[in-house]
Parts: sequence; structure tokens; C-alpha cells
Amino acid sequence: MLEFLLRFFGRDTASSKKVAKERLRLVLVHDRAGVSPHLLESLKNDLIKVISEYLDIDTDGLEVSLTHENDAVALVANIPVLRVKRTFKSIQEPAFKV
Amino acid sequence: MGEVIVITSGKGGVGKTTTTANLGTGLASLGKKVVLVDTDIGLRNLDVVMGLENRIVYDLIDVVEGRCRLKQALIKDKRLENLYLLPANQTRDKTAVSRQQMIDLTSQLREEFEFVLIDCPAGIEMGFKNAIAGAEKALVVTTPEVAAVRDADRIIGLLEAAEMEPPRLIINRLRPEMVRKGDMMDIEDMLEILAIDLIGVVPEDQYIVISTNRGEPAILDKHSRAGQAYRNISRRLLGEEIPFINWEAGSFMSRIKKLMGLG
Repeated sequence: MLEFLLRFFGRDTASSKKVAKERLRLVLVHDRAGVSPHLLESLKNDLIKVISEYLDIDTDGLEVSLTHENDAVALVANIPVLRVKRTFKSIQEPAFKV
Repeated sequence: MGEVIVITSGKGGVGKTTTTANLGTGLASLGKKVVLVDTDIGLRNLDVVMGLENRIVYDLIDVVEGRCRLKQALIKDKRLENLYLLPANQTRDKTAVSRQQMIDLTSQLREEFEFVLIDCPAGIEMGFKNAIAGAEKALVVTTPEVAAVRDADRIIGLLEAAEMEPPRLIINRLRPEMVRKGDMMDIEDMLEILAIDLIGVVPEDQYIVISTNRGEPAILDKHSRAGQAYRNISRRLLGEEIPFINWEAGSFMSRIKKLMGLG
């Protein structure tokens, strides 16, 4: 009865369409990652490439995965850092100011 | 040389066979020479939807195993001169035909016909792989449900992996009144998720049940809403630019109600 009244006055409790779309979005994140096992591997290699420009990392200890928590999907990357590169700052700013 | 188009969906029961029957009939009534191929070996249905079940002598397996010539197995439609059906076998299973046999069969058919429409079985196994083997184009049928869209996504991935032309989407059984109430995913939702081109939207229509009971495709009925949608898709397959019918807009009265905040 309450639901009927809410609907009647246009205050729809979360429309089932939105629920469907959200569930679908989440399920497809997992389906697509599962269909192409290369996806995570390729992402991992690209991450190593980019991060290596800034930091020395332990590429063997690097872990990349998708996790599913509280109705959200997150990309979790565990990247052991060996050292920060000293050269980076000097590339960004001129060494001497005139 | 004709075009070979496979009609597929992943999930069963979303309307592949009905779509194949209607689009084949639509293309034939636009003057094209068309053959429909039922590749659902063991569960043949297309003959019943077309109302041709009493005319079957030979089937697809008889052709690939050389028990008859291709022409002997083709069944002429009751209504249209230039429409034919190659029925599936009902006693064997999906392993009775190989990919290479399907490629050979479709290349023979495309010499004779302008359009070869392949009704694909549900699933992603052997039957699916055989059905897409000889096709260069694909239409993916889905309904506005989570399970159907999920399976469509899987199928689209497999079609891309098979390096076919980008498939086009048919959204079947859309219920405009439910979309308006926010209780059914709309066209935009599905296109956003699946990221492929749309070729048509077929609204839910009781006439489909009636026409299937009779074995007459709904596209032949002027009053059927689904028939109208299938006529438009047939023309789009021929490359015509046909504007999409806005099934979601609703009737004049429902729009007035919405304006007044009652809808």
C-alpha cells in the first residue's frame, strides 16, 4: 500500500531500471576481465612502464587485480617501491635559475 | 555474391528465430532473393515459425553429408516466390556439422541468393561457432533484461574475436510503458553498456504470439507494431536511412500527464 502511494505521488523508490543497470555494469566488469585474461597482464605491463619513469619498483612483486567491495569495483595494485629516482626533479625544473 | 548475416544472442528465448523469420520475409518482400538457414541442429524451430513444417523432406545435414543436392533441401515459402528455407535436422546434434562444412555451405548459398540469414542456436559452444563460421555480418538480439544484455555482451566479444564486421544490435520486446515508469532499461542504457550500433527496436507485441500460432511472420501484418519495426530493420539492412520510431515517447495523453506531473 505504501509503495502504491509513493508511486502514485511520483516519489518512486529507487526505480528498478537503475538497479538493473547498476547490476549489469558490475557483472560486466568481471565478465570482460574474465573473457580476456590478457587484459590484466597488459595493464600490468603498461603500469610498470609508466611507474618506472618515476620510481624503481620490484616488478616481480607487483600485483594487479580487480576487487568487488560494497557494490563498487576497484582496481587494486600492490607495487613494492625500491627507491625514488633522483633524476626526476631536475628534468621538470631547470637546474639553475638565471 | 550475396551477404551472409548471422542472427545471434547468446541467451535463448530472446527472439532470434522470430527475428530471422521476419527479416527474411521483409527482405524477400522488398524483392530480394533470400534463404533462411536454421542451424539449431536437434531443436529445429524456424520451419514452424514460417509455417513450413509439413514440407520438409531433406535438411542441412542431408546436404552436408551428400545425401541430397542443395536445391532438393531448399523449401520454397508459401507466400513469397523468392524466399527459401534450409531446415535443421531434428535427430542429430550440434557436432553433426563442422565449421568447414558450414563455410562451404554458405559460400554455395551466397552464389544463388542475395541474402543468406543464419538462425544461430543459443549458447557459445559448437553450434554458435558453426553458425558464425561462414558469415561476415552479425545481428545481436537482446531484450531489456540483465541476463540477456550480459549474454549479448559476451557474444559481442566473441564476434569481435572472430574478426567479423562490428555487429549491430536489435533490442526486442521493449515495453514503452515500463520504460516510462523507470521499470525497464531504455535504449540508451543498453547502447551505453554494449557500445555497438543499433539497427532496430522491436516493441513487445501480442501479435507476435498470434502470428507464430498461425505460422505467418508478423511483418506481413500492417497493424502489427513489431511488424512495422521489422519492416524498418529490413530496409536498413539494404542500406536505407530509416528514422527510428520513438517507442519510448508514449502517447499524447501520457505526455500530457507527464507535463502535469502525474506520469
